[in-house]
Amino acid sequence: MVEGVYAKLVGARLRGQMSYRASFLLQCLAQAVNQLAELVIILVLFDRVSALGGFSVSEVVLVYAIAGTAFGIADMVAGQLDELPTCIRTGTFDVLLLRPLSTLAQMMASDLHLRKVGRIVAGVGALVYALSHNDIAWSVWTAGLVVLAPLSGAVIFASIWVAANALCFWIVDGQELANTVTYGSNAFTSYPATVYGPWLRRFFAFVIPGAFVAYYPGLALLGRPDPLGGPAFLGWISPLVALAAAVVAGLVWRTAVRHYRGTGS
Amino acid sequence: MATNVAFGLLRMAVLIAAVGQGPIAGYDIAATTTYVWLGQGLMAVVVLWGDQRLADRVRSGDVVVDLYRPWHLQFALFAEDVGRAGYAVLVRLAPPVAFGALFFPFRWPSIGTAPVFAVSVALALTVSFGMRFLLNATTFWLLDNRGVQALYTAFTWLFCGLAVPLAFFPGWALPIVWSTPFAAMLQAPIDIFLERGSPWPFLAGQAFWAVAVLAAGHLALNRAVRKVVVQGG
Repeated sequence: MVEGVYAKLVGARLRGQMSYRASFLLQCLAQAVNQLAELVIILVLFDRVSALGGFSVSEVVLVYAIAGTAFGIADMVAGQLDELPTCIRTGTFDVLLLRPLSTLAQMMASDLHLRKVGRIVAGVGALVYALSHNDIAWSVWTAGLVVLAPLSGAVIFASIWVAANALCFWIVDGQELANTVTYGSNAFTSYPATVYGPWLRRFFAFVIPGAFVAYYPGLALLGRPDPLGGPAFLGWISPLVALAAAVVAGLVWRTAVRHYRGTGS
Repeated sequence: MATNVAFGLLRMAVLIAAVGQGPIAGYDIAATTTYVWLGQGLMAVVVLWGDQRLADRVRSGDVVVDLYRPWHLQFALFAEDVGRAGYAVLVRLAPPVAFGALFFPFRWPSIGTAPVFAVSVALALTVSFGMRFLLNATTFWLLDNRGVQALYTAFTWLFCGLAVPLAFFPGWALPIVWSTPFAAMLQAPIDIFLERGSPWPFLAGQAFWAVAVLAAGHLALNRAVRKVVVQGG
């Protein structure tokens, strides 16, 4: 029965979004343009240089495409958590606590931005292009990785979203901080980790496990050893990292909600 | 602020990875870091991503009150925006520029460039305001302008010179990217600050777009007033 409630919530949202049809189609298109703009940037840079962080253009596009697809999926499912700081500040979050449903699931089901399909479609398109322009040793394992990497990446991104926004239960106006880690890790994962200096890399690659979204799976697909000296198995453990990230994010959320006190507004 | 600095660092890393192999189109490392931090600051002053306030008032019908007032709506909103931008210069432009200048190689212009840069920023703000006003005005016809708005944001990011300096684009694309109003909103003041050639062509382009978008906004408003539908009246 509970599942039926979520389906109804999401269904109502979807119908609402479709009611301004022209605007909705334009928003889908805008998401795709957004996604492909980063590709244009990569191509513009490679018009001037032949390698970035030791990677060729088709290799960078592969990393970008995995990251972009993963981010698109996560953004569609968990992106509405961006509203959480506002809900906390204005007190509307209290309403969710009254219902006999999970607060996290309610937040996620409160909206589902169908327009973000545009971003996912553009990401998958770039991925297909990148796969056909790289020399990949195809096997059951690499084929599985192509499918699993964006999905694991999406779970990692969604976990980042949950954990970062859960911090807003403590720091009441924490939107900025949350945006830094969510959208910042999207920017970080779009390029090989070798591009960044040691401090940025430590934070975005390992504190937030951004390196497992696209960099390590990309290396595994390309059959390249890690220029940063990491062992080869790192490219294959993204699903495990995703699982761990989801567990941590779930725990952070539970702890946060248990200690939640209203803002008194 | 934290977001702004983090994004600045990430963007700078990618660009330095490129120009570190040798200057590109006259951008060396110092020019690139200056470009990044100036851009991070200016984007909040000129508001690159559009605003929704007028659109919301059109959707709710409140705009009728604005239209009854004895003012010219476009200029009233512009005056408000200039005030906002003045405050943003202090709290949104100065900190990232100071951060960049303190921790990274930075290229300051000569004293004589400072007033020209100020004029260029003012023109950039005017163009940006004019574009945002037009975007908001589409609500009179579309009722929901979020689609147009989202598309605008996507193009701004690419063509205003925020993600990568416009000079990095291949030669055949340069006349195209420089002929859009987007270039007038961010890249022009930055290039004046970096003293990339004579400032006059930049200023002329900005002035052209400032007049063009304000005039277009004025026309759109005149026509829209006759169209306005009070939602839920």
